[in-house]
Amino acid sequence: MSDFSWSGAIAQATELLLAVLLAPLLAGWVNQCRAWLQNRTGPGVLRPYFVLRKLVAKDAIIADGASPLFRVTPYVLFGCMCMAAAIVPTLGTDLPYAPVADAIALVGILALARVAMALAAMDIGTAFGSLGARREMMVGFLAEPALLMVLFTASLISHTTSLATVVETLSHKEFAIYPSLAFAGVAFTMVSLAENARIPIDNPATHLELTMIHEAMVLEYSGRHLALIEWAASLKLFVYSCIGIALFFPFGISGGGEALGLVLALPALVGKLAIGGCLLAAIEIVSAKMRIFRAPEFLGTAFMLAVLALLVHALLES
Amino acid sequence: MTALLTPALTGQIINLLAAVLLLLSFAMLAQRRILSLIDLFAAQGFVLALSTGFVAYATGQSHLYWSAGITLGLKVVLLPLILHRLIRRLDVKWDVETLINIPTTMLVGIVLVILAFNLAQPVSELAGTVTRGTLGIALASVLLAFLMMITRSKAVPQVIGFLAMENGLFFAATAATYGMPMVVELGIALDVLIGVIILGVFFFQIRERFDSLDIHHLEKLKEE
Repeated sequence: MSDFSWSGAIAQATELLLAVLLAPLLAGWVNQCRAWLQNRTGPGVLRPYFVLRKLVAKDAIIADGASPLFRVTPYVLFGCMCMAAAIVPTLGTDLPYAPVADAIALVGILALARVAMALAAMDIGTAFGSLGARREMMVGFLAEPALLMVLFTASLISHTTSLATVVETLSHKEFAIYPSLAFAGVAFTMVSLAENARIPIDNPATHLELTMIHEAMVLEYSGRHLALIEWAASLKLFVYSCIGIALFFPFGISGGGEALGLVLALPALVGKLAIGGCLLAAIEIVSAKMRIFRAPEFLGTAFMLAVLALLVHALLES
Repeated sequence: MTALLTPALTGQIINLLAAVLLLLSFAMLAQRRILSLIDLFAAQGFVLALSTGFVAYATGQSHLYWSAGITLGLKVVLLPLILHRLIRRLDVKWDVETLINIPTTMLVGIVLVILAFNLAQPVSELAGTVTRGTLGIALASVLLAFLMMITRSKAVPQVIGFLAMENGLFFAATAATYGMPMVVELGIALDVLIGVIILGVFFFQIRERFDSLDIHHLEKLKEE
């Protein structure tokens, strides 16, 4: 590593730490916003932390016949999400860790987490586990190409697939209207709703096993394993929100290695996440959960929008 | 106003509106409900009028303001009103039946868009207008409207597809040559209006004959 800089290392460490620590807060904030919009008092924004503490204190029970895969998966999941969080630029774009993986590898990391989760859910052999795993893989294989297309659109604009450089280019461009980015933004929103098990596709608060996707896969987990999985799920939401912010609202992300920029980037990030969480809650309030067989149509639309973004970029902006 | 709208920004706004037009074409292709289809058609007309207005501003061609006004009056207000009335009278608020399922239709639509963009590229390279980039989009929306007419089995969505095709043609005319002469434009506007009224009469006739607006009944129309 030739151009190692301390400010970059500090930015990288802060960013990762921030992601891991703030992720449950974001999940709590979304739930709280949703409760407020539904005229309920809500559980409070700190509830996910209490849940995590409670789960860590409990014993982890492993089902009979569970293979080592079942025990390892929560750690794989959490590790994948941490790695994804380290790649996505949230505070500054000068990240020493960023060359490790570009946008395509990021999608691969997210896919690895999904496959591990699905395998672990099938490992126990319960009906609901494999039902959830199959549904998750169906949603995943439809959402992944759309996500790739969104990232490709941003890559085409900035001529690179390295996320840090993409964000660097996007945040320092002079103002211009990009129809392609608008399309990609809508497509990305749809993909993130599907990927984070949010309402039009999956209901995160459901207690009805037959309609579950994500929840059905984690039914057999308990104790510290469940805590890690919940934490990883909130990290995933955090990572997706940060990708959205970095690609579509990159203003305020510090470019070079200056310390002042990083300090200023923090409140900007928190503010944008708070607004994003509110919007997510609002989307969840106004839409109803779809039948599972409508999900291909929803994600097909997302894919179509993302492809249109690519095409429109090729036609109008090149 | 002049300070705010630089030529570069106007060009970008026209491009954005063109992209929105394409998006609305796709939305119409994917729409299941007939009432939303009419709303989308009205929205497309509005975007069309807006973009024509911007082209008029960018090029200083005053007759384009007139066409924007006609588009606004005809396609945003009058035709949707007529269609809404028709639907109420015919009592056909049912979901639109498509011949192919919607994801497949949309994939076919993407292929059409690629085809249209490829076809339009050599033409737009020759053109010197501000709007040359949008010719591909205009062609794509014509083809998408055509696809919509093909994939719908009921009469009313087919007519909306026909009208959307006219929207695309109008946009193509604006994009390629800054609009047609006023006489032609007025003639087309009148044609579309009369066409819709005549087709409205046809709807009643078709329904009276077959108790349904499904076009496939027309294929069996033979002397016995």
